[in-house]
Order: sequence, then structure tokens, then C-alpha cells
Amino acid sequence: MRKIDFRLNGVPVSIETQLNRRLLDVLHEDFELIGVKEGCGEGECGACAVLIDHEVVNSCSIPIANCLGKDIVTIEGFSNTSRYKILKNAFEEEGAVQCGFCTPGMMIAAESLLNKNSNPTIEEIKIGLSGNLCRCTGYNMIIKAIKRAAKEGDGKW
Amino acid sequence: MKDISKSIFKTDGDEKISGQAKYVADIKLPDMQHALTKRSSIVCGEIKNIEYPTIPEGYFIVDHRDVPGKNVVKIIYEDMPVFTEKEITYLHEPILLVCGPDKSIVKDIVDNIKIEYIEKKPVFDWVNSAVHYHFDKGESKSIFAKADRVIEYDYETGYQEQAYIETQGFIGYLEGEKVTLSGSIQCPYYVKNAVIQALGTADDLVRIIQPSVGGAFGGKEEFPSLIACQLACAIKKVKKPIQLIYEREEDMLVTTKRHPARMHFSAAIGKNNELLGLKVNAGIDAGANIGLSAVVLARALIAGTGAYTIDNFDASGDVFITNTVPNGAFRGFGAPQMFYGVEMFMEHVARDLGIDQLEFKKKYLAKQNDLTSTCGIFRDPIIMNEMLEKALEISDYKKKRKEYSNPLSNKGIGISLFFHGCGFTGSGEAKIIKAKVKLKKDKFNKVYILVAAVDMGQGIRTTLRKVVSHILEIPIEDVIFDFPDTDFVPDSGPTVASRTMMIVGGLIARACETMKKRWKESEFIIEKTYIQPEYIKFDDETFTGDAYPAYSWGINVVEVRVDPNTYQTKVLNTWSVYDVGKSIDDRIILGQADGGLTQGIAYGYLEVMNHVNGVIKQKNMTDYIIPTAMDTGNMETVIYENPYAFGPYGAKGVGELTLIGGAPAVCFAIEQAVNKRIHKIPASPEYILEMMNDEKNRL
Repeated sequence: MRKIDFRLNGVPVSIETQLNRRLLDVLHEDFELIGVKEGCGEGECGACAVLIDHEVVNSCSIPIANCLGKDIVTIEGFSNTSRYKILKNAFEEEGAVQCGFCTPGMMIAAESLLNKNSNPTIEEIKIGLSGNLCRCTGYNMIIKAIKRAAKEGDGKW
Repeated sequence: MKDISKSIFKTDGDEKISGQAKYVADIKLPDMQHALTKRSSIVCGEIKNIEYPTIPEGYFIVDHRDVPGKNVVKIIYEDMPVFTEKEITYLHEPILLVCGPDKSIVKDIVDNIKIEYIEKKPVFDWVNSAVHYHFDKGESKSIFAKADRVIEYDYETGYQEQAYIETQGFIGYLEGEKVTLSGSIQCPYYVKNAVIQALGTADDLVRIIQPSVGGAFGGKEEFPSLIACQLACAIKKVKKPIQLIYEREEDMLVTTKRHPARMHFSAAIGKNNELLGLKVNAGIDAGANIGLSAVVLARALIAGTGAYTIDNFDASGDVFITNTVPNGAFRGFGAPQMFYGVEMFMEHVARDLGIDQLEFKKKYLAKQNDLTSTCGIFRDPIIMNEMLEKALEISDYKKKRKEYSNPLSNKGIGISLFFHGCGFTGSGEAKIIKAKVKLKKDKFNKVYILVAAVDMGQGIRTTLRKVVSHILEIPIEDVIFDFPDTDFVPDSGPTVASRTMMIVGGLIARACETMKKRWKESEFIIEKTYIQPEYIKFDDETFTGDAYPAYSWGINVVEVRVDPNTYQTKVLNTWSVYDVGKSIDDRIILGQADGGLTQGIAYGYLEVMNHVNGVIKQKNMTDYIIPTAMDTGNMETVIYENPYAFGPYGAKGVGELTLIGGAPAVCFAIEQAVNKRIHKIPASPEYILEMMNDEKNRL
């Protein structure tokens, strides 16, 4: 057991825990952040994606020990931003949500992508989403949603 | 009043996008225990002895001795034990559960249970037929004798894994004698009835609640009943809340998949190159249990004529038992296998006859009032010719087909024509399911939809509310559709077979009409039970009559490029045209279209799963490749209206239809790109390489 300090959704937090626990479990169990989903447990599907120091990371593949001093944002934190509102509206307008299990991870991947490239092409969006699996939508509407968000959020990213 | 097809935002969009929708893993209960399954490490044999480690206090073993009722999972065909007693029929067959407060200690116990087996020789060949079906139409026997020539080919399809992003799981607890389970499921009443049988308990002592479901695609139709029965027995023993959620590897290795199939087709060809008759013999691999396999085979055989009217037809097939993981429901339910086979065959026959493939197919396209493969009648208008014109126009098919006949292009374009029978096959809807729905109005003029239909992503929580809101002319906010809870909703049947909107929605629409007349009354409940239209009759023994009350129709066009060095296929563009009766929400239907086609195309060229001596070789999302955003081409879909009288606003089935045409369409495109014929899916780079080395294989 050791004490780990980090920032979580903008707030400094501290937790006493085993160092080898997955960040996913700490977020889901200890902090009850249910927007972080376990899909595969091996860094393949992106359902557990969070931002660590603004980079998209699969939280199932990160031991909590590596989070010391980091700035971690989950969908719960991101949902308080104006960029979230633009993305959310775009996801709804384009029909990008079906079962919803991959959706928070997709939102996080989209935020990360748009942060790096505020006006991505279709190909760049596909590359940006390639770490997130969705079995329902065939991605078409998610890609369109991100294209729409980039347009409507002009200047926000 | 505005058109119901006009899209609205999904009513659960908010909670899903913000991550606040609760799936089963998000439910935590006080004093919650964890359960893990101990499974067989052999493929076939008997348990000789089980040696347990010291079990710490508070930890429990739950096995067949803890099943108070019948040790058989109630599925259509009852041959799957809740826990095996002795006999092992496939690798990873469940033997017992270990339950306790600490997950890692539970895992340690599972790892340290030593089981001795007496091994037996497993059977992987398709030799043990458990179910055999045969039916024919017209003069199928004599027509082959009269034929000018007979053309025969074989086709083969592989496993497909549902790969829902949320794995299977349940959580449950005990209140007095009553067991309540909440899980990732499609069919609350399938689970309830299975648990009642396993516990040997009363109807009111089992309650099933559905949380948000993270995708299902058929994979959560019958399999969850097994987990639920096991967990219910554990809860009875441990008397504490228990969570049992599969990790991805466990899910991929032990849950049901799409049946691999082998099909042999024969065509009787007349003097003028006309198709006089068709024969198909199909085998499907059920794995170790029959389960739903007979119904899967039935749907496949009924689809044996494809979208065509063939006057003389003979269909036969077998469900084979092998010592492999049991297979089960997957979106399309036998139809994707058969439509792949029959579409390929029609194309190959036309090529052999030197006839333009599309012209050949057009000649036999089914028309209204034609006899179906089972001598039922296509009663409703069929608008495939009009849809085909549209598909050709938007895809510029003819020009591209000509252009890509140059092998240097490395490109190809293909087109598939298909239908899906909506609702249960045969007399299932009328005799087995007998769906019941309730619609309740309260004194504040709020209307409650009480059905057991599950929203697993297909949007029924939005579309059913939309139907009610439109008919009653009340705001959608006044229509309440909570997650199904068997204590409060009647058995409206399972969420399968593209039946929810057409059958359940149809009943709800009729309940709305009655409610509208009584609207002034303050509080009341309307109940409706499904009655099959009088004219729909089917004999399940002889396969004669109307197998489905209605049919949805579709056309897919797929354009690909195949890398001439790596033989990797890149899907460039897809175009689809569908007749789903009436779209209840355009955006939701288009979402089904995109997602279904993506799964269907991937079934045809990308998703490889196989077993070697009963061991599934793809056990996680790294080994089993499903499409990523990078694999998505541009997609265009056109929806045609062709209302069905008994569907709400004319709606027919949608969900499964959109998967069926993907595999043949992508295969035709690949065939053109590589100038070889495909007889097996998935048409992976390895398989294409094999074809390229086969001198005799020519397009």
C-alpha cells in the first residue's frame, strides 16, 4: 500500500492503494467514475480511455503507480467543458451513439484528436479513432460527428 | 402531424454520452461477493476426481449439487447443464463457481482446484447429426432428371464472434426467498424462466431487471440464461449479493458464436440456360449442445432460394454436434450463411452460363404473390426492381463493373440482393411466444410502456416512445419507458428476430388506439396479446406455408481495392438500399444500416475465428480482428417506404437485414479485383493467396 497523489478531473486527490492496481479499477471502484468502462482489459478497445496530461491513454493498461503527479481527466470531468457540449450535440445530431458502451472513450479520443488538430480530414479522424472499437455503428456516424464538432466548435479547440 | 420517420435525439443519448448510463459492472451492492467459473481443461471425457485447496471462511464452492431444481438450462432445446456433473463435452465447460469477497483469493482458489479427468476421443468432424430437416417445392425430384445440365458448387462459412464491447455478466441478490438478477441480456423472460426451472422455485420468487446493455447482436439471447442459473444457485447458497462478470478472454472462449456452415448447391439448367430448379444441402456446426441450432438451420434453409423465386426447390440440412464451444444466436440467425451461399452460387452459375450475373438474378427476383421457398405467399408488394435501379444509379455500378474488369485496376465492385423474414420463424410467434404488452395511463396523463423489450443499442427506448407519442399526440417526455423489470412488465417476448418494432411495437400501437378512445378516463391499463394474422399459417413438420408474416428487403453494393502484394482488402465505398416498411426514425435506421453492413462485410473478408482440436485460437480483441474506423469506407444508404399492414406505421424488421448482404457483396468485389472465385469466407489475405496459387480457379 502506498499513497498516490494526482489530479483527477481538475481536483487534487490522494489515494492509499496497491501500486500495481490498474488505473481503470481505481477510477471505477474507488472513485466510482462509471464512465470509464472495461471492454477488453488489454488496451485494445479504448472503452476505458482517459486523458493523462492531455494524452489519450487506456486506463486498463496503466498501473496506478504511474499516475503519481499526473493530471487525469475522465468523461465525468470532460463533461463540464464547453467542448464537451459541442461534441455531445454533434454525436446526437449524427446518430453516433447506439449501445453507448464505447461512447465515453470515443468522446475522450475525439477531444484528444481535436486538441491536436482542430480541423481534421476524414482520414485523420479515422486514424484518431483507430484505438477505439465500436461494434454498433460502423464508425460512419462517429466520424461525421467529429467532423461536425470541428466545424461547430470553430475556435474552441 | 409530422412524419414519424423524421429523426429525434435518442432519449438515452445524454446518459450514454456523459458516461452515466449504468451497465451491469457499474452496479455495486453492499457486501458484494465475486464469483469466477472453474472450467474443464479437456475437450471430451469425464471428471474422475476433484481435489480442492483449503477453502477460507466466507468462500464457497457452488456446483451441480447446489442446483435445487432441474440441472438443465431452459433454452428452446434443453441439453445444456447448469453445471456439468461428470461429462465434459467441450473445452472450458463450466464445472463450478467459486464465490467470495476478494476477487484475487477467488481466482487463487479456482487456479488451485485440481481436476482429474478420464479423457475420451473428441469428435470434430461433422458426422453426428442431431437434427435433420428436409422440404421441397414443385417438381424438385424430376426436374434434375430433365435438366440439360447440372451445375454444383460448395461454399463454406466460418465462426463469427458477436464482439459486443461490454462482456457478459450479472449481479444478483437475495431478499427472503426471492432471487433478483440484473444482467447484460436481450431477453429478460428467457432468463427468468430458466432461473425458475434451475431453482425449482415459484414464478414470483425470481425477478430479472435489465440495466443498460453494451451491445448484444444475438450473443446475449440464450447464453446469459446459463450464467443467470449458475449465479442464482450461488446466491441461494451464499445468501449475499454476488457479481459475476466475464473478462474478455473468458467471454470469447466460452460464449456462443455464429455457426460455421457448409453448403452444397445444385442447379438444374434448361436448354435455354434457364434455371429450372435448385437444391441445397447445408450443415451447421452446433458445437457441444443443440440449443437454438435447429431454429438457426430452419431459417437458413428457408432462405435457400435467396431473394429469388425458384419453382422447383429442395432443401435439406443437419445440425451437427461436435466437441466444440456451443454456437448460438447472432444477428441474422442462419440467414447470413445461406445468403452468402446462394448469392455466390447464383453468380457462379451465371458466369458458367456466360450470362451477365445481375441480369440472371433479376430474371428470378421474387415478385408479389410468388410462392416462397416453403410455398407460402409473398403477399405484400416487393419493390426490389425499383430499389435495384436506385442502387445501380447511386453506386454507378455498371460503369465501375466494366472499368474494374481490367485486372490492373486491383479494384472490384459487387452487389447482393437479399431479404430477411421478420419475426420468429414458423409458428413460433403464434404458438410459443404469444407476446403480451401493457400500456398504462396515470392521472397526470403520463403513459407507461410496459414491455420486456431491451434496448441494446438499436434504439427501441426512443422509437417505441416515439410511436406512442405520435399516436396519442402527446409529448415524448410524457411517455415513460423504464428498463424492463419482470416484476412490472409482461412477457412481450425476447428482443430478437427483428421482431421488436414490428410485433411488440405493433401491439403497443394497437394499445395506443384503444387508449386514445378512453383518454378521458383518469387511470387505466390496456393489455394486448399477439394474434398471428389469420392467413399466416405454417406447418413446422413439413415446412409448408408462410414462415414469416412479413419480409424486409435489401441491396448492398461494395467497392474494394485488393493490394496486389499483400492481398489485403480495403473497403472503399458502400451503397445500400433497404425496404424496411416504414422507418420509425431515419437516423436510428441509418445507424442500424451502417453497423449491420460493417459487421456483414467484416464477416465476409476480415473476421477470422477458428478452432484447432476444440481450442478456439482467437481469445481476445487483439487476435480476433473486428473493423476499426480505419476499415470503414464511405457509406451511403437509401430507405424505401413499403408499409406492412400490421407493423406500427407500416414498420417491418431492420436490425438483422442490414448484416445479411455484406459478405456476398464484398466477396463479389474481391472476386473481380483478384479475378478468382471465392468459395469460403472470410476471404482473408491467406485465403486469397491460396486462390491465387490455384491455377484452376478462374473467374
